[in-house]
Amino acid sequence: MSLIQTQGVGVRVGSRRILDGVDLSIRRREIVTVVGPNGSGKTTLLKILIGAQAPSEGAVLRQAGLKIGYVPQRLAIDQAMPLTVSRWLSLSGSNGGEKHSKVADQVGITNLLGQQMTSLSGGEFQRALLAHALLVQPDLLVLDEPTQGLDQPAVASFYRLIEGVREDLDCAVLMVSHDLHVVMRSSDHVICLNGHVCCQGTPTRVSAAPEYQALFGQDTEGALALYRHEHDHRHDQAGNCESDTG
Amino acid sequence: MNMIIDMIKQGIAKVILDDFLWRSALAGIALALASGPLGCFVVWRRMAYFGDATAHAAILGVALSLAFSISVFIGVMVAALAMAFMILSLSGRMFAVDTLLGVAAHGALALGLVAITFIPGVRVDLSAYLFGDILAVGRIDLLVICMGSALVLLVLWLRWERLLLLTLNVDLAAARGVDTRRESMILVGILAVLVAVAIKIVGALLITAMLIIPAAAARPISRTPEWMAGVAVTAAVIAVVGGLSASFYWDTPTGPSIVVVASVLFAAATLLTIRRPKPKH
Repeated sequence: MSLIQTQGVGVRVGSRRILDGVDLSIRRREIVTVVGPNGSGKTTLLKILIGAQAPSEGAVLRQAGLKIGYVPQRLAIDQAMPLTVSRWLSLSGSNGGEKHSKVADQVGITNLLGQQMTSLSGGEFQRALLAHALLVQPDLLVLDEPTQGLDQPAVASFYRLIEGVREDLDCAVLMVSHDLHVVMRSSDHVICLNGHVCCQGTPTRVSAAPEYQALFGQDTEGALALYRHEHDHRHDQAGNCESDTG
Repeated sequence: MNMIIDMIKQGIAKVILDDFLWRSALAGIALALASGPLGCFVVWRRMAYFGDATAHAAILGVALSLAFSISVFIGVMVAALAMAFMILSLSGRMFAVDTLLGVAAHGALALGLVAITFIPGVRVDLSAYLFGDILAVGRIDLLVICMGSALVLLVLWLRWERLLLLTLNVDLAAARGVDTRRESMILVGILAVLVAVAIKIVGALLITAMLIIPAAAARPISRTPEWMAGVAVTAAVIAVVGGLSASFYWDTPTGPSIVVVASVLFAAATLLTIRRPKPKH
């Protein structure tokens, strides 16, 4: 039984079709990534899945009582709203104490709890958003471009964090991402979207699919080669190099 | 013995309710309790113009109440609600929201002022509705004001977390199962209730001031939303009591005096925090 499932979901704005006949399903403990060019309807699809937007056609089936932890791509907190990191975490509905310190520690924001959200750097802010989503105790964690603006080592450690979270919470993870090469390594299931689902399946299957290659370059091997020089090592928090076994 | 205590109690209640100054103070404080936290949402959600439009529609509501001889509270609330929902449904089409609100706010005010002159047989004291007449608050008025404020506070209390999530990010709230459309409507609804309650106290032109200024004064010295709401209530209560006293001793118009005191508090809070460089953690 899947946590969430769409059946022939389509979205129309005026005469423009943004999404058409999207069928997908996400099972517990699965890491699913949606890739696609700009304007392919990725964000619209996420909004439909989290219930922020209703599809013009088709249906979304959610498991009863499904809890969703959502990390938006951007969250502009108005300067007029005073909000400490600690209060932001308690807005998750989890009331403080041990759980907060555990999650804060897990994402590395323990020393920021007393600070204002508006004073955080981009990376710190992203981690505070993730901590909030984790405290919801989600069955499904939804991340919209979670690594935008992070440098490569930070991206790599972010995805390791996500994999750890899946183990901890036993939840499914749905991501929209541009980091094709990293995605290809850490997902169980990749959905290649361009208004409709072009192809989907395991990362190796998708990267070999002609539809995927048509969207991301005729020669995917070449595209991937661009990234090949990176990630032969990574940095732990103290800045030491570790060898990458992945 | 009990009887004597009861008589004393009743006596105190009678003195308070019979004294216009006490009634005014109670009415003003009741308004302050509700306008503090609701004003925070107006500030956070940048609804200042929205507040103006609903408040100005109140004058149209006064005209309606007089024409149909219904309670001013009801007339004002209906007009404010109608205005609020009209703006909600029109926004996002063709014009920027602030243009639309500018048209709606001033259009409604002008229409209300014109409409009032057509009501036969009544010499309406317009300035009472434009700037408030807190000293004329009667016992029934006081009851209605307290009930309205209590309703606003109760709704805010019950929906506080949901409204905060909605204010921070609509999608985030939706993902958590919040019915975002319904919550926005509810917020607008209690804003209309507050407008109806406040028109007697500070008048249509100064209602937005009562919402925004205490909340804005609270912002520089607050670290959390709840703290800001609490400080805003305190500032609003000080403004009401200070304004009433000023009006009593120097015979100044009461509604504007209240707003002047609130503005002084705002200026003080802002100046005090501006001089200090922002603390670095």
